[in-house]
Amino acid sequence: MLIDDAGHAGRLTQWGQRLSAAWESDLAYSFRATPMAVASALILLIVALTAFLAPLIAVQDPYDLTQLFLDQAELPPVWNEEGMAPYVLGTDVQGRDVLSAILYGSRVSLLIGFASVIASMTIGIAVGLICGFAGGHVDNILMRIGDFVLSIPTLLVAILVSAVFRELLPVNLRDSFAPVILTASIAITSWVQYARIVRASAMVEARKEYVLAARILEVRTPRILLTHILPNVMTAVLVTATLNLGLAILAEATLSFLGVGMPVTQPSLGTLIRIGNQYFFSGSWWVVLFPAFQLGLIILAVNLLGDWLRDALNPKLQ
Amino acid sequence: MIAMVIKRIGNAAAVMVAVAFVAFMIFQFLGDPVQLMLNEQATQAERDALRVRLGLDQNFVLQFLTFITRAIQGDFGISYRNQQEVMSLIAERFPATLELVLVSTVIALCVGIPLGVYAAIRKGSPIARLLTMFSMIGVSIPSFVIGILLILVFAVQLNWLPAFGRGEVVTFGDWSTGLLTPTGRNALIMPAASLAMFQISFIMRLVTAEMLEVLRTDYIKFARARGLPNRLVHFRHALKNCLMPVVTMTGMMIGDLIAFALVTETVFQWPGMGQLFVQAVMFIDMPVMAAYLMIVSAIFVTINTFVDLIYLWIDPRLRQAGVARGYHAH
Repeated sequence: MLIDDAGHAGRLTQWGQRLSAAWESDLAYSFRATPMAVASALILLIVALTAFLAPLIAVQDPYDLTQLFLDQAELPPVWNEEGMAPYVLGTDVQGRDVLSAILYGSRVSLLIGFASVIASMTIGIAVGLICGFAGGHVDNILMRIGDFVLSIPTLLVAILVSAVFRELLPVNLRDSFAPVILTASIAITSWVQYARIVRASAMVEARKEYVLAARILEVRTPRILLTHILPNVMTAVLVTATLNLGLAILAEATLSFLGVGMPVTQPSLGTLIRIGNQYFFSGSWWVVLFPAFQLGLIILAVNLLGDWLRDALNPKLQ
Repeated sequence: MIAMVIKRIGNAAAVMVAVAFVAFMIFQFLGDPVQLMLNEQATQAERDALRVRLGLDQNFVLQFLTFITRAIQGDFGISYRNQQEVMSLIAERFPATLELVLVSTVIALCVGIPLGVYAAIRKGSPIARLLTMFSMIGVSIPSFVIGILLILVFAVQLNWLPAFGRGEVVTFGDWSTGLLTPTGRNALIMPAASLAMFQISFIMRLVTAEMLEVLRTDYIKFARARGLPNRLVHFRHALKNCLMPVVTMTGMMIGDLIAFALVTETVFQWPGMGQLFVQAVMFIDMPVMAAYLMIVSAIFVTINTFVDLIYLWIDPRLRQAGVARGYHAH
C-alpha cells in the first residue's frame, strides 16, 4: 500500500516536472508571447469543442427529419423582429436551425480536414522513406508519379477523383461513403510535399554513420526507418501538416460547395454554403452568411497557428 | 543546353501522355457509351455495330492510340448531355474564362505589388501590420465565400452590379469579349475581384519577402550611402530586382487560375469552360470532363515548361547543375 502510494506520488511529480518543463520550453514561451497564436488556438479549441459536443449543445439534430418543422422555416436570426427562440441564427427553408447545422457541419469539416491531413502525411512519409532509403528504380518511379500529380492543377484532380469514386460506388452507398471519398481525393493530391521532405532527409540520414552502425547490429530496415530516421524529419513534417490543414479544410469546403462533396443529408460547412447560396436572393442571407463566417474563421485560425509554428520552429529566425 | 531543353520538353510530353491516359481510363471505367447512346430496345446486332463504329472492339492499346490521335486533332467526341461537339462547346466558352483570368491577374498585379512594397519599406508600422493581417485573411477566406459576400453587398443590397452572367458581349469571329460594352464590364467586376483576392495576397506576400531580402543587400546600402533619395532606392534599385520572381510566379499561377476559375464561374454563373466542366461532372458527361482535363492540363504544362526554359536561358547555373527549378517552387 505504502509502496504503491509512493510510486503514485513519484509518477505524479514526474508528470508535474514534465509539464513544467513543457511550459518552460522555447516553443511554449514563443506561444505565450504571440497573442495571435493564443487567440487562434482559443478559437480553434472553442470551435472544436462546440463541434464535437454538438449533440449535447445543439437545439435540434439537423440530420433528423422528424425534428424539422416546415412552419418554422426561413425564420431570421433571433435579434430580428420575426426571429424566434431557440433558433438563435434563424432557420433555412426546411426549418433546419442554422446554428445547429453549423455545429454539426463544423464537425464534418474538421473531421475530414484532419483525416485527410493524416492520410496524406502517412502516404507521404511511407513513400518518402522508401524512396530515400531504397533509391534506384523504386525511387524514380514513385517520385515521377509525384511530379505527375503536381503537374496538373490540384483542384481538378480532387474533383475528378471524387467524381470517379462516387460513380464507381453503388447509388445507396454514395452518401455514407462521401467522407471517405473526400478524404481520399484530398490525400491523393497532397501527399507529394511530405514525400519530398521526408525523402530528402532520409537520403542524407541513410548515409550517416549511426545508421551504418545500426545496420551492422542487424537492426531491421523498417525499424531503422521508423525509430532512427523518421524522428529527424518529424518537425518539418508537422509544420507542413499544420499549414496543409487549412488547405485541406478549404479543399473539402470547395468540393462540397461545387456539389461533389458531402451530400445535403449530412452537410459540411461547404454544403451549407451551397444550400444557402440558392436562397439568399429571396432575402434569407443568414442561411449562407453564418456558415461562411464559421468556415473563414476556422481556416484563418488554422493558418495563423501554422504560420506561428513554422516561424517558432525555424532555427534561422531565432 | 540543347539537351536540357529537349529533356524538359520530353518531360512535358510525358506528362501530357499520362494525363491523356487518365482521361482515357475515366472512359474505360465509367459507364458503357454503347448503353448510353442506344435505347433499351436496341438489338444485340445494333449494339455490336455501334461498338465496331466507335472502335470499342479493338484492343486496349489501339483504342488508347486512337484516343490520343483524335485528341491531338482536337476531336474529343460528342457531349453525352447536349449532343454537341465537345471541342466547339469548349471553344465557345474559352474566351470568357481567359478574359476573367487575365483581368483578375492584372488587378492582382496592380494592387498586390504596391501593397507588398509598402509592407516591406514600412515594416513594423501599424498600416504595414494591418496589410500583413489582410493578406493572411485573403489567403484564408475561400474565394466562393468572397464571391457570395460581394453578391450580397453589391448586387442584393446596393443593386449596383449584376449578380450573375456576363452582360452583353461583342464577337469577333470565334472570339467574344465583354470588355467593350458597359454591361459586360460591370458584370466582370465582381467575378474578377473575387478571383483576384487570393492572388493579391499571394503577390503581396511574395513582393514583401523579396523586398526585405533585397533591402538587406550591400548594393542597397551603397545606394543609400551615395545619398540617393529613398524613392529611387526603393523603386529603381530594389523593386526592379524583385520583379523577376513575381513575373514568373504570376505566369505559373495563370495555369492554376484557369482551373480555379471554375469555382468563381459557378458562384457568378459565368459562362466559361469551368462552369461547363462542373455541369459535366454533375451529369457524368465524360467526353466534356476528359476534354477539359486535357486542355487545362495542356495549358498548365505548357506554361510551366515555358517558365522552366526561360529560367534555363537566364540563369546559367541551372544548366550546369541540371536542377529543375520546379523543386524549389513547390
